[in-house]
Amino acid sequence: MNRLGDLERAVMEVLWQREDALTVREVGRDLAERDLAHTTVMTVLDRLAKKGVVRRTRDGRAWRYRPAASREAYVAELMFDALEQTGDRDAALTRFATSISGEEAEVLRRALLDAERRET
Amino acid sequence: MVAAALLAIVVLGCQLAALRLRRALWPARDPGTGVLLWQALGLAWGMAAIGTLLAVGLAPYRHGVFVGGLMLASDVLAGVRPLHLTPLHMAAVGAGLGLGVLLVWVLIASLVVVVRARRRHRALLELVGRGDPAVPGALVLDHPAAAAYCLPGVRSRVVVSAGVLDLLDDAELQAVLAHERAHLRARHDLVLIPFTALRRAFPNTRFATEAYSAVGLLIEMCADDHARRDRTARVLATALLRFGAAGPAGAPSGALALTGDEVVTRVNRLLEPGARLPLHQRAATLAATLALVLTPIALMLLPH
Repeated sequence: MNRLGDLERAVMEVLWQREDALTVREVGRDLAERDLAHTTVMTVLDRLAKKGVVRRTRDGRAWRYRPAASREAYVAELMFDALEQTGDRDAALTRFATSISGEEAEVLRRALLDAERRET
Repeated sequence: MVAAALLAIVVLGCQLAALRLRRALWPARDPGTGVLLWQALGLAWGMAAIGTLLAVGLAPYRHGVFVGGLMLASDVLAGVRPLHLTPLHMAAVGAGLGLGVLLVWVLIASLVVVVRARRRHRALLELVGRGDPAVPGALVLDHPAAAAYCLPGVRSRVVVSAGVLDLLDDAELQAVLAHERAHLRARHDLVLIPFTALRRAFPNTRFATEAYSAVGLLIEMCADDHARRDRTARVLATALLRFGAAGPAGAPSGALALTGDEVVTRVNRLLEPGARLPLHQRAATLAATLALVLTPIALMLLPH
């Protein structure tokens, strides 16, 4: 993971942890141990906003940022992509295996047991 | 018209061959060669289909598709009305060009869809995926369901869900990772894209659907073969079984029932692998593959 990706993750963690929308300064304060320049935090938030994962709203002269969706929602979206429950698999991802029915599983389990017995 | 007739025969031959190849047993013994033959079939089919239409339309020039096409182009550019070309001929040329544009277009469209979906997926993955000492080099998604997959591309990634870490023991986990890495190394995603495009261009046709699912299964077999080099086949088979059985319960049967078959086929193949294809049969198949691609090209050079 490159440095910018690392920063994006850290900033998202901050936003996910805090309930309300944060200003650039507040995000920077929560990442105090990283000692980031104000402009760096702003750049990262800007990138995240362009990716559509944070939303920003005007608050007086400052912008406030909040996550567009919860961490769980994003994990769920990725899992949905991966499990392709729409039934139409495209070539975006290649998954390891698809579901089988209980009957199929039983038949295979028996075949595996047979194979094991033959080996020993 | 001989060339057009022969090209049309190639089109039908490809479709018949695809149906037979779908049911053939030998590709499971040599999935790599099988994939190559499918690619050749697809390519030959496309070229022959376009070629048939162009050969019909350009027949009056009596110089074959390539030279005839150049002659038509120069006639059109010079503003000369093409000699001997009836509206019917022109319609055939138009249909041939249209088919060519359609095939290229769906290929590009499929690529764009895939690249976009992957970009969004990668962006989110970099935010919520985490490293885990149990799976060095892979990313973990904190979700109880079992999923393992690879995200191909320049910055490719192997991803497993936390559910997989619970489901499999370490040896099985390593087998799954090896399988996914094999997909990434061989760029199997690129192999699949033309067949996705074919299915997009001709939805609900048997040729496109069968070609797609056959190639999909064969690349899984290729990756299985890779993964079992460094371990017993039984470890990988067990991982497959656990995975399949842990899949989303109550999923609609239709599409999934068919892919459930795939898992069964793969497990049986791992437990009882057929002998690898003998060298002479492999050589013969590869020669046929090459001939298949060259035939439509040769026919398009045929003057009559």
